[in-house]
Amino acid sequence: MTIQVSELIDEQELKAAISTRSKRAVNGQQFAAQVMGLHSDLAPAVFAELRQAASDRLLSLTFPTTKDEDWKYTDVSILGEYTFADRDADMQVANALMSQHLVPEAIGNMIVFVNGEYSPELSDCSQIEEGLIVGTLATLDDRILPKLRSHLAQHPDATDYFASLNTASIADVAIILVPKNLVVTNPVQLMFITAPQLGQGRLITQPRCLVVAENHSNLTLVQSFVGVDNQAYVTNVVTEIWLAEGAQVNHTKVQWQGNESVHISTTAIAQARHSIYKNQSIGFGAKISRHNLMVQQMAEQTETILTGLAYTDGDQLTDTHSCIAHNYPYGSSQQLHKCIADGRSRTIFNGKIQVAKLAQQTDSAQLSRNLLLSGKARVDTKPQLEIFADNVKCAHGATISQLDADEIFYLQSRAIDAESATKLLTYAFAAEAIGRIPVLSVQRSLSQFVLEKTKMQ
Amino acid sequence: MIVENSEVILSVKDLTADVDGVQILKGLNLEIKAGEVHAIMGPNGSGKSTFSKILAGHPAYTVTGGEVIYKGQNLLELKPEVRAREGVFLAFQYPLEIPGVTNSDFLRLSYNNLRKHKGLEELDIIDFDDFIQDRLEIVEMNPSFLSRSVNEGFSGGEKKRNEILQMAILDPTLAILDETDSGLDIDALRIVAGGVNKLSTPDNASLVITHYQRLLNYIIPDFIHVMENGRIILTGDKNLALELEEKGYDWLKEEEAVLA
Repeated sequence: MTIQVSELIDEQELKAAISTRSKRAVNGQQFAAQVMGLHSDLAPAVFAELRQAASDRLLSLTFPTTKDEDWKYTDVSILGEYTFADRDADMQVANALMSQHLVPEAIGNMIVFVNGEYSPELSDCSQIEEGLIVGTLATLDDRILPKLRSHLAQHPDATDYFASLNTASIADVAIILVPKNLVVTNPVQLMFITAPQLGQGRLITQPRCLVVAENHSNLTLVQSFVGVDNQAYVTNVVTEIWLAEGAQVNHTKVQWQGNESVHISTTAIAQARHSIYKNQSIGFGAKISRHNLMVQQMAEQTETILTGLAYTDGDQLTDTHSCIAHNYPYGSSQQLHKCIADGRSRTIFNGKIQVAKLAQQTDSAQLSRNLLLSGKARVDTKPQLEIFADNVKCAHGATISQLDADEIFYLQSRAIDAESATKLLTYAFAAEAIGRIPVLSVQRSLSQFVLEKTKMQ
Repeated sequence: MIVENSEVILSVKDLTADVDGVQILKGLNLEIKAGEVHAIMGPNGSGKSTFSKILAGHPAYTVTGGEVIYKGQNLLELKPEVRAREGVFLAFQYPLEIPGVTNSDFLRLSYNNLRKHKGLEELDIIDFDDFIQDRLEIVEMNPSFLSRSVNEGFSGGEKKRNEILQMAILDPTLAILDETDSGLDIDALRIVAGGVNKLSTPDNASLVITHYQRLLNYIIPDFIHVMENGRIILTGDKNLALELEEKGYDWLKEEEAVLA
């Protein structure tokens, strides 16, 4: 009987929650109109068609709510309460963030945006290898336009509400074009800093990145999103990466934005035959963050290796929705997604693996591992396999655990106090993911962060 | 070795303990003096491993009665890490793997915690590297082990050698070896036992917990205790091990039943 009563209460709570939600439902057209109106005067003519097409598409798209299966756990209706405005950059803060997060290996190969605008002062392209093109509309000449037209906003998976909003507002693009056969020695860093001066209205930035790696080229890319704490701002980024035949791209995305910010990100990958795409997506910051990571294998024998790591605390929420579409035979994918949830935070992982009927001999493995550091944190993880081919290998697994008392005891018995033991074991959980990042200085700063962040329970 | 008038390192009196409300230790008595090697043998489930974990301070066990005095202080009041710093060392039956943390960093953290406790300056990477070289020889370990993650991908023998390496670094007064011989081939057993023997001095003591007599051919005990149903029911010299090996533990149980 008692159980029934509590179930009734739950149901009432649920109904109340649903009704608050529907009251707060955001009008997608109004929201888009407000955001797109901010910079319409700055839009270069070259993007006019793309913007128009995306803006037309937005008319048929609704603002995501928790009633949508894909947004079930992630409520972004708070965005509807924001009034957006332009805000000048606090360059002192931006400089500090820049020096904290710049990757020494990428010096001379970095493009920096501050509050959504290209910063010629902070960017440094003095050591770009011959043939490699790194820049923005402002720094590059018209010779890039054909590549831009053939690839920008062409990815089929960058068409949902937020990605369309980004395209409909597009004003500039961070562009990397790697010519045929070029193996780029040093990593390239794209850094997006949000550091508004205090003032009225929220800042929204919508960075856009395009990477085209030509046949048999090789690129290591570090994409960093950083920003100040204690200010509510919004980032809505779209990154498209095109790998031509035999190309290899190793892409590290680090999201380290402020504790009151909302970060929405679409990363859309298209892989041609024999290409290899590796991604390490790290999410430590933001109050609400959502990453849509979409990979299309568009020819035979392509390889995709995705690694995710999130570490959340307080009332943070981080949501990763990934999709690897195996469309052709002999494709392979490996995915490891790790989340550490402390405080009252929530982590969500939805990993879709699609294997089309044609994609025979696909070899795919997915593992979601989660560490709960607090009794109030919550983890939702869901593998989603859609397999239409009959001769494939698709493994998937998910674990959710706490730090084991035996493990802490082992370290204590080696003279290490319980607090250091907790830190070390949490670090050890994260290390597998961090270790896959090809740039050592990034590995080090993330490791340091994990060790320092972990606190005694 | 048995040394006349040597200091009592460990004194356990009428120790009783529970895990999850089930009584495991039922009045255990044991005294260990400096210089001595003690072995505890006994069938599975007799409480041997529980006893070793209680001495090291595992939180899952609740002591319900009796006392444990270590070098004149109440051991049960000390946190596990303080026990370790005070010289109590437990070599685990199943050592933990810590991916992403190099053996060298782990050992240095452990050793520096001990040094801090003793009021000594912590060692940096270079000084620690010098310090550890001759310790590695004690367990015939290749220095390449130091740059690998703690116990990750180690064979059973390598893990146990790594335990003895940790013992060599922490230089304990009371070393407790919990089934250190389990899963070892004969070469690994020889190396592990050799390491323990090299570390044995008139000032420290060892407590070897084992199911089999085999290990005691290499680590010669001064006393053998037989544990059964949460208590030590018989104590003898090294020859007792041979008798147990031959007869098994059942005759003791029968004898105990008669005595009861």
